[in-house]
Amino acid sequence: MQLTVWTYEGPPHVGAMRIATAMEGVHYVLHAPQGDTYADLLFTMIERRDRRPPVTYTTFQARDLGGDTAELFKTATREAYARFRPEAILVGASCTAELIQDDPGGLARALDLPVPVIPLELPSYQKKENWGAAETFYQIVRAMAGPTSPPPGSKRPARGPGVRPSCNLLGPTALGFRHRDDVEELRRLLERLGVEVRVVAPLGATPADLARLGEADFNVVMYPEIAATTARWLERSFSQPYTRTVPIGVGATRDFVEEVARLAGLEPAAAVATAGSRLPWYSRSVDSTYLTGKRVFVFGDATHAIAAARVAAEELAFTVVGLGSYSRELAREVREAAARYGVEALITDDYLAVEAKVAELQPELVLGTQMERHIAKRLGIPCAVISAPVHVQDFPARYSPQMGVEGANVLFDTLVHPLMMGLEEHLLGMFREDFEFHDGAAPSHLGTHASLPSVPAAAPPPAAATLSWAQDAEQELKKIPFFVRGKARRNTERFAAERGLARITVETLYDAKAHFGR
Amino acid sequence: MSEVALAHRPTASAAGCADAPILRERGQREVFCGLTGIIWLHRKIQDAFFLIVGSRTCAHLMQSAAGVMIFAEPRFATAIIEDRDLAGLADANDELDKVVARLIERRPDIRLLFLVGSCPSEVIKLDLGRAAQRLDRRFAPGVRVLNYSGSGIETTFTQGEDACLAALVPQLPAADGTPSLLVVGTLADVVEDQLRRILIELGIERLAFLPPRRAGALPPVGPATRFLLAQPFLAETARLLETRGAARLPAPFPLGAEGTLAWLRAAADAFAVDPRRFEAVTELPFERARRAVARWRPELAGRSIFFFPDSQLEVPLARVLARELGMDPLEVGTPYLHRAHLAAELDLLPKSTRLSEGQDVDRQLDRCRAARPDIVVCGLGLANPLEAEGLTTKWSIELVFTPIQGFEQAGDLAELFARPLRRRARLAV
Ligand code: SF4
Repeated sequence: MQLTVWTYEGPPHVGAMRIATAMEGVHYVLHAPQGDTYADLLFTMIERRDRRPPVTYTTFQARDLGGDTAELFKTATREAYARFRPEAILVGASCTAELIQDDPGGLARALDLPVPVIPLELPSYQKKENWGAAETFYQIVRAMAGPTSPPPGSKRPARGPGVRPSCNLLGPTALGFRHRDDVEELRRLLERLGVEVRVVAPLGATPADLARLGEADFNVVMYPEIAATTARWLERSFSQPYTRTVPIGVGATRDFVEEVARLAGLEPAAAVATAGSRLPWYSRSVDSTYLTGKRVFVFGDATHAIAAARVAAEELAFTVVGLGSYSRELAREVREAAARYGVEALITDDYLAVEAKVAELQPELVLGTQMERHIAKRLGIPCAVISAPVHVQDFPARYSPQMGVEGANVLFDTLVHPLMMGLEEHLLGMFREDFEFHDGAAPSHLGTHASLPSVPAAAPPPAAATLSWAQDAEQELKKIPFFVRGKARRNTERFAAERGLARITVETLYDAKAHFGR
Repeated sequence: MSEVALAHRPTASAAGCADAPILRERGQREVFCGLTGIIWLHRKIQDAFFLIVGSRTCAHLMQSAAGVMIFAEPRFATAIIEDRDLAGLADANDELDKVVARLIERRPDIRLLFLVGSCPSEVIKLDLGRAAQRLDRRFAPGVRVLNYSGSGIETTFTQGEDACLAALVPQLPAADGTPSLLVVGTLADVVEDQLRRILIELGIERLAFLPPRRAGALPPVGPATRFLLAQPFLAETARLLETRGAARLPAPFPLGAEGTLAWLRAAADAFAVDPRRFEAVTELPFERARRAVARWRPELAGRSIFFFPDSQLEVPLARVLARELGMDPLEVGTPYLHRAHLAAELDLLPKSTRLSEGQDVDRQLDRCRAARPDIVVCGLGLANPLEAEGLTTKWSIELVFTPIQGFEQAGDLAELFARPLRRRARLAV
């Protein structure tokens, strides 16, 4: 049993709903109790969808348990087909129905419906939302495209003369973090490169579209959490290669363009493709100097965390002091990325562990999910949201992709916005005692209502019980800007402990400062 | 006792629909499970903690339904059952004990811990009653441990509060023989304070509320206790209070000017309050409530309204809207219709109103589309899709999270229904 206050991911059947809801012409019959219908509001309220998710719940009750829940499931499936006439039906169980073992797949097949019935086995007590989405996407692609796959070992026919290279975009779902705009941005980018986009899936695709997936030259895996399993199967079945780079940030977009050019047999045109990006110049302009070495903690799904860390380190010259993800399936990739910044990856889905890590590291900026936004708020640290789980605010009305050229521009703004502007920060440092410069003062461009809560981060207890702070040293410490004060305190205590000093004076404080640098 | 109660039952109006046929449906129910009640209960009882023993789905439901409403660390959490717990039950109990120990260590402020059952814990027959007893002994006297089920296979939305309060009833201390009044059902603190003031002015000083704001302040109950339901979804709690000798005072629910007055009158009659005193105490606030409601009447009179089932507040709400605002309730859907507790309400509903109990959401949507009501009251899963179809909606959950009971809130209640119409009229996009 795991004690949980907040969860980063829902159960796996919510992942299945994200696939079904993204697509057209699919219906999902879910064996589940009534309370599980809450999942509809994720789509209708958070994403503001104007249609109900295409999901029928059996909503069995305790009194049905002794009787025939299987019959209930069959009736619900039959009626759902008659009412919605989908091109394909997904069937499965939520956590409770998994325990009563009614075998939705077998029951639905016995109904002899005139459309494909795709059973989903999503182990609710082991797996989570993204895994459920990946598995569902894979099962439905296999069911629809499987029959069109060539015999094993056949070579891909060469592209005919005058035929444009083509690809599919795989991975965008309903309730995805900026998926809608990422698709648009990649379409534009690929169009500029002369690559035709055949099928985008699952977002907006019909089952019939999935049957055509094998026609394109290669696949673009937008979100490995969701599309990697499917892309690997398509590679095996159709000899269709797929992209490994996720084009978030200027550097990654250039790498992506090169990879696409290679897969499409085109001249690399990275410079052309990323022309118009404002991030490089904005980052080089002198007013960005103050961003140098800002200590940043990154947490999110693997795709967005890895990408944000790279943008932070290479494109904004921040220092990545922590990197982590709740995507256990991609832990290896996150660990590799963390190693590049000389930090140890935090792989966990325990929100309390993430909170403890942020409190320990005392970063100057947190890039995370809505959960880290809460953590950062409590600790008085600026934060930008870069990853799901999503909130209604993560579906802005304006065009706001994360990928490609415009995505990099959006990221520049997103990552810089929560921070103090350069001179403002200096003034704060110079005149600590100005009564309006209290620790809770937010960057002035964020307005008064955005001012940070006055609860300061709890000062960690002295490293050793024998260590004490002289009063003037304690006073001096208060003159250090609050966003680096925790770090200064810990460094000073470490410095004193290493030298066997029992009392920390103003001198010790400045000795430690000189010793550690910033 | 029951004779006294019956004597004060409001007389049925000729137009009432107390005996009207009910459309009973058993299809897909688009409603929350009882776990959701924790969202307000954990704020009401300030030193209680709610530990759901359930699945990731339960945890996700709580976080999605609570959404933006959480500003502080919540006093609820989920012990998520994992694969290895399913392997053997003894193991699951040990695991639960460990989770509870960790929780109590983290939150030393907790005085009352509810172990809340879910569908998975019910289906695997994890005995939370026994677990609660065991843990209660272990953590006594600092922390009391109780249990109830909020599972979706047994409870619908507000029935979770019923189950929680029912778990408290056996814990209530025995009352002495002095007549006392108990108000049952969670109310916003501001509403509770207003009603308390009025009841005390009426001279009913032996007065308590269930649930209390602190776990240590459980109200006493006994044969001299009369209780008034403040909420219509408390069937089991009422039954258990009756087994402890308390008697329910039948009344409409304290919604709208008229409902609040009748609710107070039920108490006044049972406690033999002088009618002149009743008049003197209630006249001003009643008139104020009437005026506040009347302000919205021009916007709402003659408009039709359709309720999807949600909180069991549907029948009393429809009564207020029909009688005090002149609206036309076409269908009033409710997850569960408690005839006895709603008797006074049903008498006051127009005869033309269709009552439905349970749900088959797709069929109900068909009826709703065909009826083209001016306002649809529905849950969050249905509201935007119906708006997109051109219907005007009111989220039912807002009616559970807003103070709407009592005289001073009667105008706010009316305004909640007028707002979506006004918004639609103002928007030029
Ligand atoms: S319906 Fe059951 S399984 Fe679903 S959230 Fe409610 S208690 Fe948990």
